Amino acid sequence: MNWLLVAVGAAVGAPLRYLTDRAVQLRHDSVFPWGTFTVNACGSLVLGLLAGASVSSPTYALLGTGLCGAVTTYSTFSYETLRLAERGWKFLAAANVAASLLVGLGSVFLGVELAGGLTG
Amino acid sequence: MGSGSGGHSNEGYPNYAHGPVSEAIDPDVDLHVPAQRTETAGAHKWQVLGAISAGGAVGALARYAASVHWPAPAGAFPWAVFWVNVAGCCLIGVLMALVSEGGRGTRTHPLVRPFLGVGVLGGFTTFSTYALDFTELLEQEEAGTALAYAGGTVAGAVAAVWLAASATRAVLARTAAS
Repeated sequence: MNWLLVAVGAAVGAPLRYLTDRAVQLRHDSVFPWGTFTVNACGSLVLGLLAGASVSSPTYALLGTGLCGAVTTYSTFSYETLRLAERGWKFLAAANVAASLLVGLGSVFLGVELAGGLTG
Repeated sequence: MGSGSGGHSNEGYPNYAHGPVSEAIDPDVDLHVPAQRTETAGAHKWQVLGAISAGGAVGALARYAASVHWPAPAGAFPWAVFWVNVAGCCLIGVLMALVSEGGRGTRTHPLVRPFLGVGVLGGFTTFSTYALDFTELLEQEEAGTALAYAGGTVAGAVAAVWLAASATRAVLARTAAS
């Protein structure tokens, strides 16, 4: 059952990442990959909320492993970092790594704490 | 994987053969690339989103399978997610060298990047689980493991994409020269 839920969550999560990335780029033209940064931060926040709220195993499979897992990405993040460095934007490449880690790890922590506070 | 030369029909897709092509920095979608800016136009949008959706499900199932087969005990280094992310970064380096760089974006079937790159590899790798595993290791007072995992994944991911893209480009250059 969990396998199906993971697949369904990811089938929604992956296109959601793509559409969010497009929407961010449309509103903010930049070589810095703000779109991927946004999905990784938001997905990490939601996964933190789910973990902090100690949701049931099927809910976690659907929304955590499936949806948040597919909304967020490491492959996109790493290739962007490589391309930025190769194109001569070494500062942006380093900033992408630093900001993604700081904000991604901070978001998940915030989510866990928020959910813990709300659910007691 | 290449289209155009294979003779299969590209009808119904926007014509990608003309206009300046700048190379993508964001492998999911980069609106600086004209063909990617227009890939959600009209009915083609549903083919692109369908390919991403199907690929995402495949990638996430592979990641889930890895985490089920190699479960990480509490407080231990999450090897399954580590290798999933490093392997996914290696594969995106190969994929983008094959289907995007050097003007290859215009010669590749328009659903290859959405399915394999945005979908399969995007769904396979994950940032959120990585971030959660890190904070859980901290909570279990395994700060050394947490830092090794956070730093090791970034280093492994960047090294993997760099080595894989460089090796693929070298092979492509040698093939083209011979």
